[in-house]
Amino acid sequence: MRLLILSGILFFTSVAAADAPVEVADTIAERVKSCMLCHGDQDKTGLDAYYPRITGKPAGYLFNQLRNFRDGRRYYQPMAILLENLTDEYLQEMAEYFAAQPYNYPLPRPHALPSATVQEIQVLVDSGDATRDLPACSACHGADLMGVKPFIPGLLGLPSAYLAAQFGGWRNGGVMRGQVPNCMSEIARKLSQEEVNALALWLPAQAASGEPAEQDVLAPEMVERCQSIFSARRMTKP
Amino acid sequence: MSISISAKYIGRLQLVVLFIGWLFGILFPAVVWAKDTVETKQQRGAYLTRVANCAGCHTARGGQDFAGGRILNTPFGEFVVSNITPDAETGLGRWSEEDFWQALHHGKSKDGRYLYPVFPYTEYTRISRQDADAIFSYLRSVTPVRQINPEHKIHSPYDNQFLLFLWRTWYFKEGVYQPDSTKSQEWNRGAYLVEGLGHCNACHTARNVWGASKDDRPLGGEIVGSRWYAPSLVSVQQAGVGHWPIEEIVELLSTGINQHAVTSGPMATIVRQSLQYLTAEDQRAMAVYLKSLGEQDKDQQSKRKIPPMPEVVRQYLARGESIYEKHCQDCHGKSGQGAPGIYPPLAGNRAVTMNPPQNVIRSVLYGGYSPVTAGNPRPYGMPPYQHIIRDVEISQVISYIRNAWGNFGSLVSPDEIDQSRGSEH
Repeated sequence: MRLLILSGILFFTSVAAADAPVEVADTIAERVKSCMLCHGDQDKTGLDAYYPRITGKPAGYLFNQLRNFRDGRRYYQPMAILLENLTDEYLQEMAEYFAAQPYNYPLPRPHALPSATVQEIQVLVDSGDATRDLPACSACHGADLMGVKPFIPGLLGLPSAYLAAQFGGWRNGGVMRGQVPNCMSEIARKLSQEEVNALALWLPAQAASGEPAEQDVLAPEMVERCQSIFSARRMTKP
Repeated sequence: MSISISAKYIGRLQLVVLFIGWLFGILFPAVVWAKDTVETKQQRGAYLTRVANCAGCHTARGGQDFAGGRILNTPFGEFVVSNITPDAETGLGRWSEEDFWQALHHGKSKDGRYLYPVFPYTEYTRISRQDADAIFSYLRSVTPVRQINPEHKIHSPYDNQFLLFLWRTWYFKEGVYQPDSTKSQEWNRGAYLVEGLGHCNACHTARNVWGASKDDRPLGGEIVGSRWYAPSLVSVQQAGVGHWPIEEIVELLSTGINQHAVTSGPMATIVRQSLQYLTAEDQRAMAVYLKSLGEQDKDQQSKRKIPPMPEVVRQYLARGESIYEKHCQDCHGKSGQGAPGIYPPLAGNRAVTMNPPQNVIRSVLYGGYSPVTAGNPRPYGMPPYQHIIRDVEISQVISYIRNAWGNFGSLVSPDEIDQSRGSEH
């Protein structure tokens, strides 16, 4: 009888223990856990994976992308569904959280581009091409291509497949549909397919290091040209 | 004499003062009163527009408020939602109060055309004239947007006005909500909100092949143009709340989440756009009415006998269990207990065991955050698994959670996973 009572007590306590609510941290890290399945794991943000890293990117850039996904300006169904019912304030909190996270960039992945192509790419990156009204990549994305706070993303440490897909999206209007004029769409349309392919291989081969540059490095004419990128509402902190 | 003269003058002066006073008395309060009613009418209208969630359909994703342009895909064709801003050329700028009433109450456009019931005049017809006028007065006050939306692309023969006339004769019951004198004022207000302004039945009833509601009661149905299922608001096995305390119903409607349930898909959006802004009295009235709709039979769940499982089913579920342990257990717990109010419990969760199973399938495929509301400003979320695990694994894990911890639901197949895909909303 005593054994029966004891086992009874043990049974009920074990049920109670199993049924205790899962403990959940009251933090922003816990709240963005659902992003990490694709964007968080270092192994999944390697060079061949399609999901771009989001940690360490400028807050304003991330905030703009989150809003663009939610409002259908940048089209990607899984992100649109996920963000459907979130407010600007909450998206900004998420963006600031990810911007503040440290990130270990992947090692450069060597390319096998012919040296003539590499030279052409380097000219595009550092000087652009005035005959086609193409600005230098570095004019907006920073001298070392690590981005400019708070709105312009870096170009290094990104998978080749992702870069190629982004270029494709801009050229076909898929990345930022409805947001015109979009400077990057215009630029991507002026690049040849060969240049796009080469850039998508050359960029991942460059060593990524350091921080995004401060906003004051940008020339006023570039800010003017890319107005849509700088038009984030309620960006209080860079 | 002089006295009489001065008295005369004083008398005149008094008359003048009196006359001016009288003028003021008439004009001034009248001006104040008229201004006041227009403003309060607009304010009331703004509130009622929220409750009726006009912006929910009449605003495209990322588009300007009330300018329309959103496309609704239905089996009858592609409907483009109209611009209801007061722009003269492209919106309702030339409409009168009477025209608006025609549309809302009779389902007829300004030019006399019959409107397609994709515009829920079948429910809005219950709205009182006074409320309709207030909504119109608010819509007249919003910023006019000049936006020409594309034409509908309606499949033949549904584009025929005569067919629409027949449809109306057969299915459309016109009439303002009539209070039930045997019920409380609160219940009647709730019924008016649910059946009229809130147009809940537009989704929560099944539709027949002609797109008409099969039943007057919200017994659940597939949402036209969406892969979501709007559960029954009556059945204790679906979303009936007959056995819930009023406070818990109010909590779900106003914050999007409570201890038992979380709103997802289109319902989460409606909480964000509309329900969270209802006054506490209206939320409560809605809850009182919804509670009265729900079945009371609490024993129904326990009465069901769970049949013994064949070995092959047991194996199928065991594979689901190991997927659960890997991907779901961290948040939803070893025994499906979850973290109520944050990560919903799966044990005893009707959204998990419900038939048809597409809502739980869509939740696993697409994930989602519960809506940001004043009562839940920083919600937690669920990641999408559509590109993480294969359909067969999703079917196994869903079959498992539908049959674990005392849950009892049909097994789902990989085909059902695939059929639940598509459509953003």
